[in-house]
Amino acid sequence: MPIIRVDDLTFRYNGLDVISNVTFEVEKGIYLGIVGPNGSGKSTLIKNILGILRPEQGRVELFGESISHFRKWEKIGYLPQRLGALNTHFPGTVAEIVQMGLPKKDPVTLRRTLEMMAIGHLASRLIGELSYGEQQRAMLARALMRRPDLLIFDEPTTALDPETREIFYSLTREMSRTDGTTVILVTHDIGVIGQYAQNLLYLDKKVIFSGTFKDFCTSPDMTGFFGPISQHLICHQHDQSRSNG
Amino acid sequence: MDLFDIFHYGFVQRAMIAGVLIAAVSALLGLFLVLRRFSLIGDGLAHTTFGSVAVVLLIGISPLYVTLAALPLVMVSSLAIYKLTSSRKINADAAIGIVSSLGIAAGIILASLSGGFNVDLFSYLFGNILTVNNSELLLSFIVFLIVVAVVIYFYDDLFAVTFDQELAQSMGIKTGRVNVILFLLTAVAAVLAMKVAGIMLVSALLILPALTALQLSLSFRTTMIAAVGFAVGAVLCGIVFAFLLNLPAGAMIVMFNICFLFFVFAAKKLSHLRR
Repeated sequence: MPIIRVDDLTFRYNGLDVISNVTFEVEKGIYLGIVGPNGSGKSTLIKNILGILRPEQGRVELFGESISHFRKWEKIGYLPQRLGALNTHFPGTVAEIVQMGLPKKDPVTLRRTLEMMAIGHLASRLIGELSYGEQQRAMLARALMRRPDLLIFDEPTTALDPETREIFYSLTREMSRTDGTTVILVTHDIGVIGQYAQNLLYLDKKVIFSGTFKDFCTSPDMTGFFGPISQHLICHQHDQSRSNG
Repeated sequence: MDLFDIFHYGFVQRAMIAGVLIAAVSALLGLFLVLRRFSLIGDGLAHTTFGSVAVVLLIGISPLYVTLAALPLVMVSSLAIYKLTSSRKINADAAIGIVSSLGIAAGIILASLSGGFNVDLFSYLFGNILTVNNSELLLSFIVFLIVVAVVIYFYDDLFAVTFDQELAQSMGIKTGRVNVILFLLTAVAAVLAMKVAGIMLVSALLILPALTALQLSLSFRTTMIAAVGFAVGAVLCGIVFAFLLNLPAGAMIVMFNICFLFFVFAAKKLSHLRR
């Protein structure tokens, strides 16, 4: 049973197609990278998968259940793209935000998760008082806190320093490999995807490519689309990552 | 007159109890509204209350039950603001403006058509907490219990929706249900607050205690408690000083709320300067 099944999904805004006829599946334990240019519908696709937006057409299933009947939200950790819109006056501490929605507060897991993201000392600080990068780390900690079966990150590393970025990618890859956590990563950085993801979905309002990196690297269509040099660079990073990992 | 003599009057006791209950309710809801940038919803709903009161008086309902009878129309208006903003095509301030203008325009037209009412419609503009009757006191108590119960029961959901609605949706929270509850309770609070401060000053009861508490940089729970504390303090001080100085109670309550805000703001600035 796939963790995510998207079938013929179309979403329109003001009568215009934002994404059209998107179909793909994600199996358990897969690290999927979703890439595409600005306005290609990446975030819209994620919001449709999570039921935040309702599609005009098509079907989404999570863990074998239709999105309209899906109730096991604790299986999902999500980091939205929008932290710039955070209300800086919001009176929530980092600890309150990271534990948001948890039925039982667990101080030990909280401390461990915050320390993993190097923000253990900020637990009692208000989220609005932190720098953008610290806020992003807090939001990552929130997504990781429940050790969910499915992690969805929308541009997660834009505000992170290189060290934290590396910690984040290594951690999510480790979770995918050892715990069988399914990871979906939306990013502009196709080089990063090459290093960490097993599968790739290239979106530009519709699916341009969906498959494994091996398929991507040997696809003449993708050579035509990206050009041989870009394709080689992406595939080289992927191969190097496999041999290191 | 001795300060404590005023507490022997029945109407002062009713005013204080109702004022404390309504101020607490307004402060609790106000925190969520301020953080979600719906600060002016109190103004919008107060204007709608003006239209609703005109309708109620036009159809001949006793002035004793005006507050209760005006409720359904204000609740519908509150839901209209929510529906307009949730479509994402109209911003909150514009939606509040639409409903607010409709309320005021309807009130003026109805007042004009009726050729005037026995009860002065314009007395509702400034409110009078000292005229709270037993039915309004009972209504305030019931609404207080409902709001406190809802905030406790839906605390996690309200917290998440206030922080980020999309994130809350991704956690499986039924954000539509939480929003409808919040907007309906706000409508009830606005109608009750009209009695305390008058239509012109309803939004002050919703906004000022929350704003004052937010200056203290506390956790969410503590901010809620602090907002209620400031609101209750302003009501008690406002009523006492209004009675002693023979001034309008609603305006005095609002002035104390503003004093608290300035005091906390100044204290915060001073403490920053000393660091």
